[in-house]
Amino acid sequence: MANFYKDNRDLKFQFNHPLMSKIVRLKEQDFKDSGNFDYAPCNFEDTVDSYDKVMEILGEICGETIASNAEEVDKHGPHHENGRVTYAPGTQKNQDTLTQAGLYGMSLPREFGGLNFSMVPYVMAAEIVARADAGFANIWGLQDCAETIHEFGSDEIKQEFLPRINLGETCSMDLTEPDAGSDLQAVMLRASYNETAGMWYLNGVKRFITNGDAQIKLVLARSEENTTDGRGLSYFVHDQAWGGVTVRRIENKLGIKGSPTCELVFNNAPAKIVGERRMGLIKYVMSLMNGARLGVGAQSVGISEAAYREALKYAHERAQFGKPIIQFPAVYEMLAVIKAKLQASRALLYETTRFVDLYKAYGFVGESRKLTPEERTESKLYQKQADMLTPMLKLMASEYSNQNAYDSLQIHGGSGFMKDYPIERLFRDARITTIYEGTSQLQVVAAQRYVTNGGYLALMREYEKIPLKAEHELLKKILIEMTLQYEKSVELLAGKDNDYIDFHARRLVEMASHIIMSYLLIIDSQTDDSFENSAQIFINKSRAWNNERYTYLKDFSPFQLSSFLAVKEERVPEA
Amino acid sequence: MTKKLKIVVLAKQVPDTRNVGKNAMKEDGTVNRAALPAIFNPEDMNALEQALRLKDSHPGSVVLLLTMGPARAAEIIREGYYRGADGGVLLTDRKFAGADTLATSYALAMALKKMQPDIIIAGRQAIDGDTAQVGPQVAEKLSLPQVTYAEDIVGFEKNRLVVKRRLERGVESVRTPLPVVITVHATAPECRPRNAKQLMRFKHARTLTEEQDNEHNSYLPLVSPESLRIPEWSVADVGGEESHYGLSGSPTKVKKIENIVFQAKESKRLTSSFEEIDMLMSELISSHTIG
Ligand SMILES: Cc1cc2nc3c(=O)[nH]c(=O)nc-3n(C[C@H](O)[C@H](O)[C@H](O)COP(=O)(O)OP(=O)(O)OC[C@H]3O[C@@H](n4cnc5c(N)ncnc54)[C@H](O)[C@@H]3O)c2cc1C
Repeated sequence: MANFYKDNRDLKFQFNHPLMSKIVRLKEQDFKDSGNFDYAPCNFEDTVDSYDKVMEILGEICGETIASNAEEVDKHGPHHENGRVTYAPGTQKNQDTLTQAGLYGMSLPREFGGLNFSMVPYVMAAEIVARADAGFANIWGLQDCAETIHEFGSDEIKQEFLPRINLGETCSMDLTEPDAGSDLQAVMLRASYNETAGMWYLNGVKRFITNGDAQIKLVLARSEENTTDGRGLSYFVHDQAWGGVTVRRIENKLGIKGSPTCELVFNNAPAKIVGERRMGLIKYVMSLMNGARLGVGAQSVGISEAAYREALKYAHERAQFGKPIIQFPAVYEMLAVIKAKLQASRALLYETTRFVDLYKAYGFVGESRKLTPEERTESKLYQKQADMLTPMLKLMASEYSNQNAYDSLQIHGGSGFMKDYPIERLFRDARITTIYEGTSQLQVVAAQRYVTNGGYLALMREYEKIPLKAEHELLKKILIEMTLQYEKSVELLAGKDNDYIDFHARRLVEMASHIIMSYLLIIDSQTDDSFENSAQIFINKSRAWNNERYTYLKDFSPFQLSSFLAVKEERVPEA
Repeated sequence: MTKKLKIVVLAKQVPDTRNVGKNAMKEDGTVNRAALPAIFNPEDMNALEQALRLKDSHPGSVVLLLTMGPARAAEIIREGYYRGADGGVLLTDRKFAGADTLATSYALAMALKKMQPDIIIAGRQAIDGDTAQVGPQVAEKLSLPQVTYAEDIVGFEKNRLVVKRRLERGVESVRTPLPVVITVHATAPECRPRNAKQLMRFKHARTLTEEQDNEHNSYLPLVSPESLRIPEWSVADVGGEESHYGLSGSPTKVKKIENIVFQAKESKRLTSSFEEIDMLMSELISSHTIG
């Protein structure tokens, strides 16, 4: 039986990370539930054993059911009629199976019917589901919305909505509008309060909303009249049963075809406010987006994993010039680089996840007792690291999943271009990952401040302190040199104007990413030799990639910028 | 008013003969159990699903598993728990060893007498023997009606249970009084997945033997709560004639085992004329392929 957890030892490896025991202890708040819930763990080993066994359940469902349905779901897609959406039959089957398995509400507390899992197994589950069907991973992953309700909603709202998640009700996250994409401050959907009804009412249009016909919808809307910026926006929850929302159309897309992308019309749709007024965008959506970006990171890694496996299989099976094509340097180099990028992005995925886990857990502990000053400092540090690595992860993992899908398709030759192999679907599915939840360009905008404020550099220096085996000293030397080069590159920007800095921002963020992922791979190689090849490849490639960026930056003169600015004056010639 | 039912599912732990490698068979032609992963017999899984559906439609019902096997077959009971069953019994005793289908059904029937279920559901057959004899033999020994090849246990109609059977050329609906033995065919719906909470609840369920070995979940306290104890029944627990158990109760003797290698031979092309079909039929009859 295919099992997408058991067939991938790199996943279980994550449960052995030294920070895991701290994560579990905080998340389980010293195992306080063990007397009250018969499925709560009694100690660390018990918890991780449960993570492991639940991942096996999920791995089997993904391997046997979801992956087998993926092709049909891609072909069939969802159906739109009378303002409602029905899933493809395979999608519905996936949804029902995961509900029966109790795999919704994984991270929610037990009092709301959740499993109270930490983020590490939750994100792992997202990765595994995405490997099986990246489009379905969206529908499953939208349980993230429950996480924001839990974090910011009133007790009443929590009681009303959270217990429904484990029973299989799905969510949607309604932010984007025709005129508010990357720039969510421009959201116009109106929320007005009706004193007598004691309810908010929503009016307007949302666009590109994944799973837009969900039972539970989180909506960003303008609650403050005569405002135009982010501070006039609040955050609402709408229950499908209250009525007032119709699906005007669903999009016909390049990839993730099983995931319905909806245009929604809100016509006096009742809603309740989540958290405080005016904090919608600046606090809650930012938090939701960070969670969702972690989710897209996981989705990207899942797609990379699937693509790598397809390419590896094909490269062994296909023979040309009298031998399997994997024998040709051009092919085995591609494969080894795909694997290195896959493992590098996975290392970054779980490192980010651990930081998110720790600061979130501290947040919840802080609700029941006062944190000690040391705990508060630590919590702040983890939060900073999480904020820092999240855009980096989203940027790099999504770009790598595209590169990996591209190269894996290339290895298939002409067959890769045909509908006969899964790789063409993976290639199409990968494409969205650099776009939604903030495009790659917007991730650079978010990451940029940690280039300038020294955040990334400080993290590199932390990793530098970790002792390595003697045989890895050479690699360490390379990384230290790369760090110095990165530092110099940042200095080259000192005193330059914003346009100039923005122009080079991506180069610098990528340089930092290469170094940080390199460190993570070499650190993982200390406990597991199987990462060593990827560490070698990735570090040497990274050095070359960073040299290229450094050279470009060093020799760049403001004069060169004018050649770029010229394009702004161009127009498509009139016919 | 819906009935509260007591349902027992007969389930067997079998070597996974679906993914056989090179060393799947021993020199003497018997199955090399050590080389194959032990799994829940597939059609017993279909049987479990039928039982769980009855439980869903008849709240207050209980589903128990009954399995005969060595200590490690306790995994079958845990697997049942994970999917929604309420418990089960492991029939285990050296004296049960070496049982053929007759001795197996005797042992199961004796245990079932003790359990007193309303409905007994089994898979049609186990993949390590493919005999399809155990279910029917259990029914005979208990003098109960039997419905074989079930595809769907539809529900009650005036105190009679309606069952759809999968036949070679269609389906047949039959009505049966209780208690009854039903064997379920692979075309019945597949079993629901293991449930995460059920798993966490019952992963510590152990037999006394397992607890004493303590191989399992060694980080846990030595004694698990009584509610999580999987009962083990021996010959002494179920009574009956000792000579009917195990090897001594098994009249089946293996005379000879042959290795069969499937080979594709030359093919013949026929038109659809009556003469050619007639010729083919007489050829097949004379070669004893059919008839
Ligand atoms: C399949 C799919 C599913 C989606 N699901 C959801 C969902 O569930 N909920 C939801 O709310 N939204 C969803 N979206 C919307 C998605 O988040 C937006 O499409 C995305 O944020 C980009 O916005 P846009 O499409 O308006 O592009 P634009 O913002 O118009 O961007 C166009 C281009 O300009 C660049 N750009 C814009 N601003 C800047 C800047 N400041 N600096 C540098 N470059 C910039 C972008 O990088 C991009 O290359 C979905 C979109 C798709 C395609």
